[in-house]
Formats: sequence, structure tokens, C-alpha cells
Amino acid sequence: MDSILQGLGQAFWLIITFDPDLYEIIAMSLRVSLSAVLVASAIGLPLGAWLAVNRFRWRRTTIAVLNALMGLPPVVVGLFVYLLLSRSGPFGVLGLLFTPSAMIIAQVIIITPLIASISHQAIRDLWAEYHDLLISMNATRGQRIRALLWDGRRALLTATLAGFGRAIGEVGAIMIVGGSIEHSTRVLTTAIALETSKGNLEFALGLGVVLIALAVAVNMTIHGLSGTERAPAW
Amino acid sequence: MKRSYSLLRAFAAFLSLVLALSAAPARAEVMRMAVTTSFENSGLADVLLPAIREDTGIEVQLVVVGTGQALRLGAAGDVDAVLVHARAAEEEFLAAGHGTHRREIMYNDFVLIGPQDDPAGIAGAESAAEALKRIAAAQALFVSRGDDSGTHKKELSLWSAAGIDPAGGWYRPIGAGMGAALNTASAMNAYVMSDRASWLNFGNKSDLALLFAGDPALFNQYAYIPVNPALHPHVRADLALRLEEWLVGARAKELINGYRVNGESLFVFNAVSK
Amino acid sequence: MSTLAGTLATGAAQGCEAGAGTRQPLLPLVLERAEARARGKLLIGPVDLTLGRSGFTIVMGPNGSGKTTLLRLMHGLQRLSAGTIRWNLPEPIARKRQAYVFQAPIMMRRSVLDSIAYPLLLRGTPRSEARARAADWAVRVGLGAALHRPAPVLSGGEKQKLALARALIGGPEILFLDEPCANLDGRATREIETILLDARAGGTRIVMATHDMGQARRLASEVLFLYGGRVHESGAAKGFFAAPETPEARAFMNGEIVE
Repeated sequence: MDSILQGLGQAFWLIITFDPDLYEIIAMSLRVSLSAVLVASAIGLPLGAWLAVNRFRWRRTTIAVLNALMGLPPVVVGLFVYLLLSRSGPFGVLGLLFTPSAMIIAQVIIITPLIASISHQAIRDLWAEYHDLLISMNATRGQRIRALLWDGRRALLTATLAGFGRAIGEVGAIMIVGGSIEHSTRVLTTAIALETSKGNLEFALGLGVVLIALAVAVNMTIHGLSGTERAPAW
Repeated sequence: MKRSYSLLRAFAAFLSLVLALSAAPARAEVMRMAVTTSFENSGLADVLLPAIREDTGIEVQLVVVGTGQALRLGAAGDVDAVLVHARAAEEEFLAAGHGTHRREIMYNDFVLIGPQDDPAGIAGAESAAEALKRIAAAQALFVSRGDDSGTHKKELSLWSAAGIDPAGGWYRPIGAGMGAALNTASAMNAYVMSDRASWLNFGNKSDLALLFAGDPALFNQYAYIPVNPALHPHVRADLALRLEEWLVGARAKELINGYRVNGESLFVFNAVSK
Repeated sequence: MSTLAGTLATGAAQGCEAGAGTRQPLLPLVLERAEARARGKLLIGPVDLTLGRSGFTIVMGPNGSGKTTLLRLMHGLQRLSAGTIRWNLPEPIARKRQAYVFQAPIMMRRSVLDSIAYPLLLRGTPRSEARARAADWAVRVGLGAALHRPAPVLSGGEKQKLALARALIGGPEILFLDEPCANLDGRATREIETILLDARAGGTRIVMATHDMGQARRLASEVLFLYGGRVHESGAAKGFFAAPETPEARAFMNGEIVE
């Protein structure tokens, strides 16, 4: 119990003293995870909608694979991306290993299935509702997907925020491909892992509290900007 | 045909988006060095890195991993140099041509940690081998790194020197880093072997205490190996050499020998100038 | 309400985009031996019928007689299993010149204004123009005060009026309606009937299924009586209501239970 209280105290102290290292780490966490969410949403949302609207031969298999990929262990993704980006790997010449780009790529791979799967479920229900209307109005395939994405935006926002939650709290993959290099690729989660390994449990817990506060702040900001959870549910 | 083009375009767009989001100005004097967890945990890096930057203008980025992974990173050309402590593995690394040469920089030592009341009675042992024999005889809980790291390799060589094949319920290999091993030992009130630096910096000691140290068999030699630019033309061999010169120089000697945690010095500088 | 007829007529005419003068008419629509099946089971058919260029056709018949399936088949929502359905124009063009109002209105998660404007946006009408015309239509159907309310929170009658405006804004040559006034009260029903009569006066061909005998008498110019998945009896409204020819139609008109 003492440790937990000390952790909260540490978190509070870190925040009010504007510890520059902490803010650097927070900025890197946000940069990596928000970028990953942006890219993963750009892929996952249309993919989810496309899967909901189209009937094709491997559809069920694709959806099953997508759902299975949601449970992909981040460490495996990290290893996979490491092998791709390593100087000895196929994309080694790009020199992306141990950079924020590498962390973004790994997180995109981790959260895209999640975003696509959740948005697929939401869009599938909406499509069942809109199907006759959109067919009747002669909407093209692209127009249908656009209408579903736009009208399903609240559910899709949830999918996106779920992706963000998974990205900001992820440590296994970015540790491997980012290296947790101080002042370069260190983010909140890898800093927590580092402090834990040093036995600085209270400090690590403090960083954990900061991480949660950050996630809550981002969620509230986005809900605030989008006006969700205020207007009636539609 | 059309479809595959649009797929290609989508992938290109994805890549450029990632690059745009993460583009950082390229800095000329940056090099990467893989170091072991025990080195990072010692806190010495926080003293050395700013001094290196000040004297040479090189920004050294540390990738902190176990010795095994550090050497893998070097072999793959993902770092420009490695600073590790596992003699046999280092020799192998050099024999395979992954590194240009090996330069000894400094050493610290390993210590045996255990419950304060010392149920196996290792505090009075005359050698490290003797201490380990007592732990095995008492079947006292012992946490092993079990992660193929330099520390783990050292531990295994000590067991074999003691003529013991550690196995059984009392021996707990956890497959994790030094910090995790210490945290585990702290929670289980078990014996564990640690490098002195990690132990002194460790913040979660609870009932553990340093019980045995000082046997030369426990010395832990750190060596610096630049990655071979003949295999990996992109490595910053120039920076790696400049860093080496600094590491074996007078400023490094002063900082390494002078580094203290809780009043105890951790490292002994032993580089030989050419 | 009498001035509405004129404005609705212009509304329908506006929909005729490319050279209204020279344009080929969509109708007549001819069904020959048309059948619809679901998993091998015959839903309706074989149906033979011709829909002429003008008029207000009421589709009647007991539950399960195939009213909805027939409307969906003509509109292209239900796949044709056998026979032919022929418009006076090629299918892709014909699909663009018709509209459909469902029994349970499907509300998009958008404002009233954007919902009504949506069919125009699908056709590439610039957003500002589409919104202006949608606002116009909202006023015509009595939703002028609800422009910025979310469509899904409207009352049942308001939803159906929105669906009507949405169907009519594109100026369809033919409008299918599947019991649009089911579950609505008298006032909402009357308002919707007024809109429909105005649309018809503006030149829109209307085909509507209904259960409401009074509504059928008020609106119909011709009647299709379905029974057992086939057109059992058809003809001009006057004759049908005065003296149905078949015993089933007669029984149905008398309010007996026809199965």
C-alpha cells in the first residue's frame, strides 16, 4: 500500500515539477501512438467497411484471421518488424531500426487488425440497416462505404480509441524495434519497464499513473472535439 | 492489373505517411552502441555519455539489451559497436568476422546476494565455488537469469567450476534481465548472483543483502567491439574508432574509476593504451 | 396546400436533368412471367403486367400475397428468378429514375437536411446546391422547423415525410411505396396523401401497396389485387371498387379473412 501511495506521489511530483525528461517521453509516446493510430485507422476503417459490404470467397476466412490477429503478441510483431528492418533484413537499407518510424510501423501492425475488426462489426450492423436504402438509391460501392464510414463515425471513433489504448500501453514490440534509447526512442512504457528493472518500483508506478492520465486526457479531448457522449445516441 | 497498381499505390502512400510522420532531421554525429542491461543499470552511462558528447561531439545512443541480443544486433549491423562482458561469446563474434577487434575497457565484479539471515551460510565461504556448493547443499532458493546473457553465462561457468549441475525445485531460471531477477529474488527471499552495479543501484532490496564478494573468479571484464564495416558498409566505423579512443583515454579513466554509488566504487578502468 | 401542387410539379421536373424535351420516357414497364424465389421457394409469380405512363396504382391483397416482393422486384431490390422485367430504357438508366419508400423508414444518422440532400450528393450535385434544394423540400413536406435535428429522433410521421422528400428530391419518374402510412395516425396519413397527390399531379407515376381500404379508394386510379403470389385481379379503380370480379377480391373488400 505504501508503494502505491508513493507511486501516486511520484506521479504528482513529476507532473507539477515539469520534469523535462518526462515531458520528452510523453511527447514521444504521443507522437508514436497517435501516428500509429492515424495510419492504422486509414487502413483499418475502410478495410472493416469493405469487409462488411462485400461478399467474396475468402471473406469468412479473412475475418477469422483478422480477429485472430487482434490477439497477436506484440513481442512477436516486434521480432517480425525487427527482422524486416534490421540492416541484414529486406528493408535494412532504409535505416529505420531504432527510430520512431520503426515503432510506428510495429504499432500499426498491432492495432490495424483491432481497428479493422471493431469497425467491421459496427459497419456490418449499420450496413444491415442501410442496405435496402443505399441499393435503392443506386449508390456505388465507394459511395456506400463512404456513407457507412461517415454515419458510423461514432462507433469508428470507439474503434480508433481502442487502437490508441492498445498502442499507448504497448511495450513488447517497441522495446525491440525502438530500443528505448534515451532522448530518442524512449516512451512511457519502455521507461516503466526500465525503472522496474532498476527496482525503482514507486517511480515506475508513478510513470504508470502518468500513462493512464495521458490516455484519459486523450480520450476526453477526442470525445470533446467530436461532440460524442453529449448528443443523443444516433 | 489495375487492382495491383492501386494496392501498390496504397502501400506507397502508407510508407510515405509513416515517413512524413516520423521524419526527424538527420544528425551527422550519431552512433548506436548496444550495451548490456547491467551496464545501463549501473548508472555509469549517465556520467559517460554527456562527457563523450562534450569531448568528441558524438551522440552515443544506447540500445540496452542482454549480451546475446547485443551481439546479434552487432552481427546484423544494426549498431555501430557493442560493449559487453562475455569473453567466449565475444571471441566467437570476432571469429565470425562481425567485429574488427576487441578492446578491454574496464571491469567490475559479480556479487552473491541472498536473504539477510543467510540460511545456506555462504557469507563465510572461502571462494565463489564454495559458496555455490553451500547453496546447493542447503537446497536454498536460487534465482538465475536464465536468459543467455553475460551474467547468466558467468553464473553457469561458476556452477560448473564448483562441479554442480544446478537443477531441482530450488533452482529458478526466470529468463529475464538483471532487474527482473533481483525483483524476483526480493519477492521470494532467494539467493541471486548480480553484478555489483545493478545491486547497488537496485531500489527494491527488502530483506536481501550482499553476502559474498571478492573472489577474482567473480571479476567481470567489459570489452568494446566495433562492428566490422567490411560486412556492413553503413556502420559509422569512423565514429566507433573515435569513441574507442575516448574510452581508453585519460578522461574516461578518471570518470570510470571515480564513479561511486553509495560511496562504493563500481568499476576499475583497465584499458591499455597502445 | 393547393399551391403545393404547382411547386411539387416543378420539383419533379427539375429532376429531369439531361434535356427533358428529347428524353425517352422510362415507362411503360412490362413484366412477363416474372418470378421471384428465395432458396428455391417461390415467393411470387409468374406475374404478367404492364404499368402505363401515368396513374396511381394501388397494390392490395392479404398478408403474404406478395405485395412487398412485387414492389421490390420491380424496383430491382429483389432478384428476378425467371421471366423478364423490361423498362422502356436500358436497366442502368432506369435504375436512376425511380425511388422507393419503405414501410419502416430507414433513417440515416444525419440531420434532416443532410438526409434529404443525400440522393442529390450521390449524383454529384454540389453540396451547397443539394442543401438548398433539400431545405426547400423539407419545407414542402412540413419539416421546415426540423432541418438540423438528427433524423433518427424524428416521430414516425416525420420520418415517413422525410423519406418521401428524400425519394422525391431526385425527381423520379416512378415512385414505389410500401405501406407508407402503416402505424401512422390520421393526420400524418392525410399529410402524406396530400404530398403523394401533388407528386402525381407533377407527373410522377406512383405504385403503392396499402392495407387501408379508405386510402386505396381515395388515391387509386388503378388497382392490382394480389393473391397467392400472383396478380389475381387488376383494373381501373372505379370498376374494381364498385364490383370486384373474383370471389377472393370480393371477400377481401368485404373485410373477410382471406388466406
